[in-house]
Amino acid sequence: MKSTLFALTLLVLSSISYSCGDKKPNPEATPISEEKSAIKTLEIEKPQLTFGFIKLTDMAPLAIAKEKGFFEEEGLFVSVEAQSNWKNILDRVIDGQLDGSHMLAGQPIAAGSGFGRQAELVTPFSMDLNGNGITVSNDVWSKMKPHIPKDADGKPVHPIKAETLKPVIDSYKSSGKAFKMGMVFPVSTHNYEIRYWLASAGIHPGMYTKDNIQGQVDAEVLLSVTPPPQMPATLEAGTIHGYCVGEPWNQQAVFKGIGVPVTTNYDIWKNNPEKVFVMTKKFVEENPNTAVAVTKALIRAGKWLDTPGNRKEAVKILSMPQYVGADEVVLANSMTGTFEFEKGDKRAMPDFNVFYRYNATYPFYSDGVWFLTQMRRWGQIPDTKSADWYDTKIREIYRPDIWKKAAELLVAEGHIPTVDIPETDGYKPATTDFIDGKNFDAKDPIAYINSFKIGNKD
Amino acid sequence: MSKKLSKSIRFIGLGFLEPLIHLIQGKETRKNLILVLKKIIAPLASFVLFMGVWQTGAQLLYNKEADYRIEKARTEQGDEAAIKMKECIISGDVSCQPNTLPSPAQVKVSFFKLIEDHKIIRQDKKDFKEKTASLNQKRIADGKEAITYTGRPSFVDQIITSIKTVFAGFLLAILIAVPIGIIIGLSETLRDSFNWLIQIFKPVSPVVWLLLVFMIVKTVTKDSNTDSAFIISFISVGLCSMWATLVNTTMGVATVDQDFLNVAKVLKLGSFQKVFKIILPSSLPLIFTGLRITLSVAWMVLIAIELLAQSPGLGSFVWEEFQNGANDSNSKIIVAMFVIGIIGFLLDRIMLTIQKLISFNKNEGN
Repeated sequence: MKSTLFALTLLVLSSISYSCGDKKPNPEATPISEEKSAIKTLEIEKPQLTFGFIKLTDMAPLAIAKEKGFFEEEGLFVSVEAQSNWKNILDRVIDGQLDGSHMLAGQPIAAGSGFGRQAELVTPFSMDLNGNGITVSNDVWSKMKPHIPKDADGKPVHPIKAETLKPVIDSYKSSGKAFKMGMVFPVSTHNYEIRYWLASAGIHPGMYTKDNIQGQVDAEVLLSVTPPPQMPATLEAGTIHGYCVGEPWNQQAVFKGIGVPVTTNYDIWKNNPEKVFVMTKKFVEENPNTAVAVTKALIRAGKWLDTPGNRKEAVKILSMPQYVGADEVVLANSMTGTFEFEKGDKRAMPDFNVFYRYNATYPFYSDGVWFLTQMRRWGQIPDTKSADWYDTKIREIYRPDIWKKAAELLVAEGHIPTVDIPETDGYKPATTDFIDGKNFDAKDPIAYINSFKIGNKD
Repeated sequence: MSKKLSKSIRFIGLGFLEPLIHLIQGKETRKNLILVLKKIIAPLASFVLFMGVWQTGAQLLYNKEADYRIEKARTEQGDEAAIKMKECIISGDVSCQPNTLPSPAQVKVSFFKLIEDHKIIRQDKKDFKEKTASLNQKRIADGKEAITYTGRPSFVDQIITSIKTVFAGFLLAILIAVPIGIIIGLSETLRDSFNWLIQIFKPVSPVVWLLLVFMIVKTVTKDSNTDSAFIISFISVGLCSMWATLVNTTMGVATVDQDFLNVAKVLKLGSFQKVFKIILPSSLPLIFTGLRITLSVAWMVLIAIELLAQSPGLGSFVWEEFQNGANDSNSKIIVAMFVIGIIGFLLDRIMLTIQKLISFNKNEGN
């Protein structure tokens, strides 16, 4: 034993002396003396920046922009720090400890429209489309399975609707147990998605009211908040019976054998917006060029991520402990175009994580309006609002003008083709790509809100 | 010479090595041999026993987890899947490894990995410095702040941050608790009137202290660019851990031997002289016992506080690894656990040595 100790000491000593003595210059380290972007049109006001993120695969644009040097090419020196939960991120961005952050699309919108902590936040960049899943525990899955229709190969037919969950909830109810599910934040996409999924099958997920912001009024399924990385552990402990969360935490449940993903948000709303990049209005006004430079780097990162063949490297980068940190195999499952439902039931999902295609990086007003309609539907916005209010509100928060400026510079520099800048007034055309087939026209939010059976009506 | 040596060895708390030295020197072979057995071999045996229990425990848990996986594959997908799963587990493929208590060998591997990682980051830091050298020169000439390293901290950096935080917090605790303790200890009225405050705040949990400090520091540092995570965590550590020192100082000062005080009266010492020449020296043992408790409490609460304040130390390391949930995350957490334990032990030894250095009675404490 003592000899090992001795060897250990020797090793530590030698490692120290080794790293002290090693003075080889790295050939890759080319000196940077200009704090301007490549085309030298932008004077960066604040080159040293700190961005936050939550350990989820959809933080990838941040990791890629840093690791592939896109930030540095814009003259930005960026540290990215993992944060413990979404509330923490929101507070730290508002208080200025973080210059910007990976955030839930609903967060800047809620912060500007009266739910939760209020602040003026802006979104110049949408980070990705899709990327979430709903997972239930093994026990719930075994009870759901008999109700799910099967295809010729004996595999469950997708999309799995919440109707198949209804008998399970009823059996929990009759035995006097509450059926609990986790989501990651009151204004998260996940909260609206799991509610949408449940409500489309007539299961009431509970309302928010002025006095009760738990969101459990009249609820048949009690939804509560759990930070994404803790979801699998909470499910395993039996505190919740299912959850809606981003990747890799659905695939993690499959790998650890503690739960089964039943549906993805691609099935609930095809190509729905997911995370956004958020800075404060103050920061953007004081550092306009920095904001454009950050957006430029992120757009390039998005493009890199959606360039075929790059995902494998992206998975490698994301699996580093300072980013998402989960095992490569777990990350690769969803990042490389597949998604594993039940163990062994791996299906192709080429659009599960979209970072650039379908104009994914452009902050569409219509995407923001959808979140506002859901906030109104579930009572997070307690009062009736006019259709105009939705339009003006979202224009304060979503800033396609910054995106456009960045994209035009990228076109001029030859990094992206002109066709990648969409011709749009910021509103996507009306769509029926939802699990319940409802028509969503962002220019008529009131009609959309009124079309739901469960939820507030105006 | 040898007496001096053994004395200094005993002084720094390594007294258990003394018989070994005597044995090597060939003095009183039989007596020292027994002493060596008792003081060195027995603890070593306990260490081996500990490793054994850990190894078997980890193996048992691993087997249980593996069996569960194989059984689950069998019930859900049939025998073929079960055999595949078994092969997969034996092959050591990451995709199906049981996730449970890591074995000592895995922890050792993780330890070396972390050291290796530190070296990589060191190199990276140096490259970054070279890369930004000219830019920084320009920025400093323009009166702007230099660009600092943007990469992540290594495990060793995190240990250093944690130690810094603990010492900053510990100093704060001394600066607050010792003077207040002396003042309160000197007067019974003050003692009675502040007792409720001490009794209420003493048991408050570290997390609550953190939130309290957060509320205040957040507003105070509103418009500055200082690293408030560090400020918040060291103040919270200080406030959490100062109570033992405060209570012990008060006690020590209040229970100074009446004879000493009479001597002070006879010598007609002024109040300052009385405090510094009589009261402080005679209450030092108790104050030091308090300080030792304070330091170990500080180190203990640090982990929880760093975790919540997002200060880049060992606490956030443990938390991040827990969140990562990767194959080697568990063993990295155990590495951190041992590092935390060993540093805590060393800190206590240092305090003990200082206490022995400055107290009158060299037999006090252990």
